[in-house]
Amino acid sequence: MTHLIQLHEFDGGIHPPENKHQSTGRAIRTAPLPDELVLPLHQHIGAPSRPVVSAGDSVLKGQVIAEPHGFVSAPLHAPTSGVVAAIEDRQVPHASGMSELCIVITPDGKDEWQPHQSLCAELGVDDCDDISAADLVRRIRECGIAGMGGAGFPTSVKLSVGDNRIDTLILNGAECEPYITADDMLMRERARDIVRGAQILLQITAAERCLIGVEDNKPEAIAALEDALLALHEEHHIDVVTIPTKYPSGGEKQLIQILTGREVPSGGIPAHIGIVCQNVGTAAAIADAVDIGRPLISRITTVTGDAVSDKGNWDVLLGTPVSHLLAVSGYQPQKRERVIMGGPMMGFALPTTALPVVKTTNCLLAPTEKELPTNKPSMACIRCGLCAQACPAELLPQQLYWFSKAEEFDKAEQHNIFDCIECGACSYVCPSEIPLVQYYRFAKGAIREEQAAQEKAEQARERFEARIARQEREQAEKEAKRKARAAAAEAAQKAKKAAPAAATDAPAKTAATSSPELEKLQKQLDGAQAALTKTKEKLEAAKADPAMAEKVPVFEAALTKTQDKIKTLAKDIAAAKKAAKAAPAAADDKGDPNSPERLKKKWEMAQGRLDTAIKRLEQAEAEGSDKVEALRDGLEKQKVRVEEARQAWEAATIGQPAANAAAQGTPEPANDDLKRKILAQKDRVDKARERLSMAQAEGLDTVEALTTALSKQQDKLKQLEQQADAAGEV
Amino acid sequence: MSSILIAVIVLAALALLFGALLGFAAVRFKVDGNPIVDQINDLLPQTQCGQCGYPGCKPYAEAIADGDKINKCPPGGESTIDALADLLGVEPEPLDAEHGAEKAVPTVAYIREDECIGCTKCIQACPVDAILGAAKQMHTVITDECTGCDLCVEPCPVDCIDMIPVATDRSNWYWEAPTAGVELIATDRRPATAGGHA
Amino acid sequence: MALLTLSSPHAHGPNATSRIMLTVALATLPGLAVMTWFFGPGTLINVILAGLTAVVCEALVLKARKYPVGFFLKDNTALVTGVLLGLALPPLAPWWITVIATAFAIIFAKQIYGGMGNNPFNPAMIGYALVLVSFPVQMTTNWAVSFQMSGSEVAGLTDTLRAIFAGSADVADVYTGATPLDDYKHLISKETSDELLTRATFNGWLNGGWEWMNLAFLAGGVFLMLKRIITWHIPVSMLAALTLCSLVFGWDHDLYTPTWLHLFSGATMLGAFFIATDPVSASTTPKGKLIYGAGIGILLFVIRTWGAYPDAVAFAVLLMNFAAPFIDAYTQPRTYGHSKARRGLKTGK
Repeated sequence: MTHLIQLHEFDGGIHPPENKHQSTGRAIRTAPLPDELVLPLHQHIGAPSRPVVSAGDSVLKGQVIAEPHGFVSAPLHAPTSGVVAAIEDRQVPHASGMSELCIVITPDGKDEWQPHQSLCAELGVDDCDDISAADLVRRIRECGIAGMGGAGFPTSVKLSVGDNRIDTLILNGAECEPYITADDMLMRERARDIVRGAQILLQITAAERCLIGVEDNKPEAIAALEDALLALHEEHHIDVVTIPTKYPSGGEKQLIQILTGREVPSGGIPAHIGIVCQNVGTAAAIADAVDIGRPLISRITTVTGDAVSDKGNWDVLLGTPVSHLLAVSGYQPQKRERVIMGGPMMGFALPTTALPVVKTTNCLLAPTEKELPTNKPSMACIRCGLCAQACPAELLPQQLYWFSKAEEFDKAEQHNIFDCIECGACSYVCPSEIPLVQYYRFAKGAIREEQAAQEKAEQARERFEARIARQEREQAEKEAKRKARAAAAEAAQKAKKAAPAAATDAPAKTAATSSPELEKLQKQLDGAQAALTKTKEKLEAAKADPAMAEKVPVFEAALTKTQDKIKTLAKDIAAAKKAAKAAPAAADDKGDPNSPERLKKKWEMAQGRLDTAIKRLEQAEAEGSDKVEALRDGLEKQKVRVEEARQAWEAATIGQPAANAAAQGTPEPANDDLKRKILAQKDRVDKARERLSMAQAEGLDTVEALTTALSKQQDKLKQLEQQADAAGEV
Repeated sequence: MSSILIAVIVLAALALLFGALLGFAAVRFKVDGNPIVDQINDLLPQTQCGQCGYPGCKPYAEAIADGDKINKCPPGGESTIDALADLLGVEPEPLDAEHGAEKAVPTVAYIREDECIGCTKCIQACPVDAILGAAKQMHTVITDECTGCDLCVEPCPVDCIDMIPVATDRSNWYWEAPTAGVELIATDRRPATAGGHA
Repeated sequence: MALLTLSSPHAHGPNATSRIMLTVALATLPGLAVMTWFFGPGTLINVILAGLTAVVCEALVLKARKYPVGFFLKDNTALVTGVLLGLALPPLAPWWITVIATAFAIIFAKQIYGGMGNNPFNPAMIGYALVLVSFPVQMTTNWAVSFQMSGSEVAGLTDTLRAIFAGSADVADVYTGATPLDDYKHLISKETSDELLTRATFNGWLNGGWEWMNLAFLAGGVFLMLKRIITWHIPVSMLAALTLCSLVFGWDHDLYTPTWLHLFSGATMLGAFFIATDPVSASTTPKGKLIYGAGIGILLFVIRTWGAYPDAVAFAVLLMNFAAPFIDAYTQPRTYGHSKARRGLKTGK
């Protein structure tokens, strides 16, 4: 069935000792169930998933325990039945050795599946070929499949190729890293599943052909795949292509180059050149997902290295501790203990063996010092150029090294450091044993950090400028208002001169006092309402959290109290409004922050903010940003605010029209300015009083300062009132 | 006599020619505005903290363009001073201690929300509008927008704002540079172990 | 207990700097043997003397810089510098010339710049250039004459030792003479090419020691290429440029040195395979290496033909060392996934 396919060669590459035969002697075995499964929520590239179970829940095998969060994310399933022991931070298998949120499951030993079925059965179609690509991708996403070759990119995302037309599907069975045989054994034993996966992937991508690239050091795997293809009775366009053994031919970009001669553009993805590339393990997982509804809950992992006596491949449940797997393989800790997750070229050394196997764990390598000596201290670079000859990306590694070491990051970037795939070929050949890849990782990280800082600085600059512009605008508005007022005062003066007897002081005074009264009540009402929402939230939280159970009645009491308070306040306000209605208001309502216009504006502004918040949330969700949570909270709060603003406006419009009508006919009094000052001062006094009472209520240490401030404000008010009286007498 | 005359004429002609050329270039290649200020501003960290004594980064950039010292920016620290020295072709100077010290780690403001009394003082102080909240409502910092300028800490009447170091997680962790072989031997004979970088 | 966590890759190939340097030193052995055979034991003594001086100087400087001496001496780079210098110096040059050249090469041309890997110029050639400009008489007249050239015996061990360490003028007078390149350049104005080539200095193809010496270095160079320690780029482009220049400008043998003499006398092959290919100071990109090699070839021809010095490997190499970083910046290879190569020194996007 093999057609002749023109093979291409990639530049560079190396031939390290393969060391694969040690672990291919035995068939894949199923690893025994450990006492505990630890499932990190971030096993894939993208946003971590979110737990949908809580501690104490019983879960069945295959049950969703965490849901994807955003587009680039993947769900997580219980690898076996049992009880969720905890959801907590545990150290995760990552080069940083950091702790991240993990779901810990204690298996019950029953290994009881939750009901699952094939996609055909679920959709009720007879012919599986009729299933749409969208349904297939949805199933793949639901089953939590992420690239099993090592990177762990969510497969459903990789299959969403947008407008790019795909002509070639490539299945990566090269497995070029020394020691690893997980894909090799999978191809030998489950070739049919891989071929089935290829068919599904062809159905999704509508590609014309599928090439399965396998290095020529795996003749058994190639034979098995050929047999599986022969067993297909229908016509197909799947070819197994034998490629020469050379590291890193299994790199996605390199394999594409070997099989098609095309290069993935820098910064682009294979779909841009009409190619989708998937690991053979992923293909097999896809077949399981679509045909039986089995989510990704286990994987094949090679356990090898001279520090284990029983080398081979295991079918391991995700979350199985490395130490457990090593123990069943006869692990003998060495003097300088080292366990590598992944291969010797690109894997990372684990800080401890108490870490779990994750979706990307293709190999656990426990070498002895003799077989993989730790690097000797590096010597100086002599620019021998061996690294440049080995680099598959045709970079100049020695130049990148000098730039990274000297922290000349702009030059490193100019020399395309971001096209480095960190394959390690340069370090492997370096006669001075310089840890080149680590230098590049450092440089890349530093450059990214610098870029982030720059982006942030740019953002800060924009925000700062916007703020300055806003302040200037406000200043200008104030100035304009002041001028308008001055003009109005002048006009009033003239009017007063014209009709000195027409004006009376008394009603104006009443109106002036009633308005701040109303405002104060309104404010108290606002505060009470805010407190009410807060209490409600707390109550909800307390109800949800069993640890807070005893606090529920307390909160409930507080809630009733606040509600009562609101009722009283509402009554007061109604009374005040009546009074205001009765009194012909003379004050200029422009200065009144509770005028209907203002309130309406407030409401509109709040509504506007709400709209922006919704937009931002949508955007964040589309991008799978981790800000979504914060934004959602913000949105809820904003909604509450809008509602409050609307209510305030409505309340105000009911009360105000009459007052307005009354105000229009009355000319302004002469000591208008002074009165306004008094009003403002009263306002301040009220505020100070409120602040003080709040501080007292909460027992803060600012009480004293606030008391002083209050008395000062009161003094000022008295002064002003005296002035006003004096002016009134004149 | 005539040779002197010729020399004078030639020199005068050359002077005219180059004068015309310079005049033409000045008109033809005229640059609008003062891009050097923008270039300087681009190098400043935009924390808008005012530690330099100017009310923001742009004013300081203008001051530098007018000849002020380049070593008054603690948030930018040594790297900013070096970049400025590079741009302006002057000698880098050590950071002026009068304006504060460079932070060892970047920080962001964090409001202890139970203690916040909702006074809005910090909101008014924040140069980049990174604090959310309304009067008597609890305030909160938008961490992503916070530049860590410390300006909100001082105005808070209840001291409920902390400056906490930016947390390192998987997204911003990266390998640190390896230790050179020489230094390794100088210290001890063990090879470099992995380390994180905040 | 914490496990060892190192950055990948965890595997390392068999390459090692110290072994590479040792191989380079060993690859000079055929040349050294031929020189000893034809010109007497002077070169051998020079090589030993220069090698020892180089290692001792390196150790002293490392000690002074408080660097681990053993670790750095192990890399064998000082040894290679010494050996190359010993081969380049006239066989009967007084001992102090060798010592000064080597000490200067190690201390000033290498360690002052930061030691191995950091020197912008080829240390051996810096040392050579220093003594060439400082002691031109000793450097140009102390070339031993092979027995085929003089018709008499080559200097014996005793005479050589006397010449080198006691500065016995009588020995030098008997056994030394100018090199073929020098002779040809100075005598061609007086005689025709045919007359000149009958002189003992030239003595026909493969009869003097020079051609054999260069062939031996060529063999050593090919060995290094087979061992993948050097690439073909620099030697090939350098020799091609030299050949081309001498064919174009020097076709008239009554005026200029013939091509075969350019290629197979003087330090041409030693320079092409052992000196110009010093990776530290040479260009590193494939295209850059071609330009760098060609530049050396052209300069070599220019200085040999119109310059004051009979041979010019040192100056040609040093001049191109200046240009190497610049050449590298403009000859970056096209990176995978890029439509064209980045060029130049400008940074930014």
